[in-house]
Amino acid sequence: MAAKQKQKGIVLSAEQRRRRRARSIALALVLAGFAILFYAVTIVKLGPQILNRPI
Amino acid sequence: MSASGTARPAEALSGFADVADYVALLKPRVMSLVVFTALVGLVRAHGGIHPVLGFAALLSIAVGAGAAGSLNMWWDADIDARMARTAQRPIPAGRVAPGEALAFGLVLAVASVAMLGLFAGWLAAGFLAFTIFFYAVFYTMCLKRWTAQNIVIGGAAGAFPPMIGWAAATGSIGLESVLLFLIIFFWTPPHFWALALLRKKEYARAGVPMLPVVAGEDETRRQILIYSIVVAIAGLMPVFFGFAGLGYGAIAALLGVLFVTLAIEVWRKRRGIAAQSAARRLFAFSVLYLFLLFAALLVEGMR
Repeated sequence: MAAKQKQKGIVLSAEQRRRRRARSIALALVLAGFAILFYAVTIVKLGPQILNRPI
Repeated sequence: MSASGTARPAEALSGFADVADYVALLKPRVMSLVVFTALVGLVRAHGGIHPVLGFAALLSIAVGAGAAGSLNMWWDADIDARMARTAQRPIPAGRVAPGEALAFGLVLAVASVAMLGLFAGWLAAGFLAFTIFFYAVFYTMCLKRWTAQNIVIGGAAGAFPPMIGWAAATGSIGLESVLLFLIIFFWTPPHFWALALLRKKEYARAGVPMLPVVAGEDETRRQILIYSIVVAIAGLMPVFFGFAGLGYGAIAALLGVLFVTLAIEVWRKRRGIAAQSAARRLFAFSVLYLFLLFAALLVEGMR
């Protein structure tokens, strides 16, 4: 029994799990927001020129 | 400033911060003033910047301001722990480890400067980098604990954002943006000294050499009055130089008279509750002053 518990390592409380989940969601939203921002900035800066490049 | 007013057992939750704790590290109230004044610089420059790029530039400036705030909280955690106003900030309360705040601040600082450079040019980015350095290193690590002129010189960091916004829109430094810088620069001392009069004991206990602690309350009141007169005049400068119209001039004159009147009240009432409420009124009005003055500039600039 003791060995089994040792294998578990650090066990998070329900509150700690809730906070980790909230941090993860916040980070995901921030990353998605930046992806959209960089997409928009690219379109604005380059416009149709983005297609005009040597292949 | 701390986002959370509820005290939690520090050791039990160490390293397990809520999202609100990371938001608090960014000093959102300072950030809002930075973004607003940068927006005014951006709009008044009439540089023809695309709205999407303007938004991206403002976001970069906001992130840069947040980075500086986080680095400030990392360095000042020992002082913050000793003052009631700041003891519940994430680091002294034990919800965020100091190293986390340092890494958070450094990553955001580098990212914000790189982003602003790519979005709006490298003059603005260089300005932002200098501002973060000025606030986080020069003000926080050197001036704050060393001299009673800490917030006078350090105030430059808070005054740079309209110049950054201007540089983002035009790629240059204009005389008008320097005037906007001067308004905030001269506004900062009476704003913070009014607060310092109210928190003198806390600053003394924390060992921060604010003017009331070092030079006494009467000298602080004298300096508040002098700077209030200077900021009232600085507020009218855009009119004298022909950058702003009479509408703005009337608003700036009225706000300036009110600012000096409240500073005279602080100067006259030196004892007891009357002195405290005079300082509190000046502090509250100073925030309104800067907001209304820049709002007037913004409205004129959008025409």
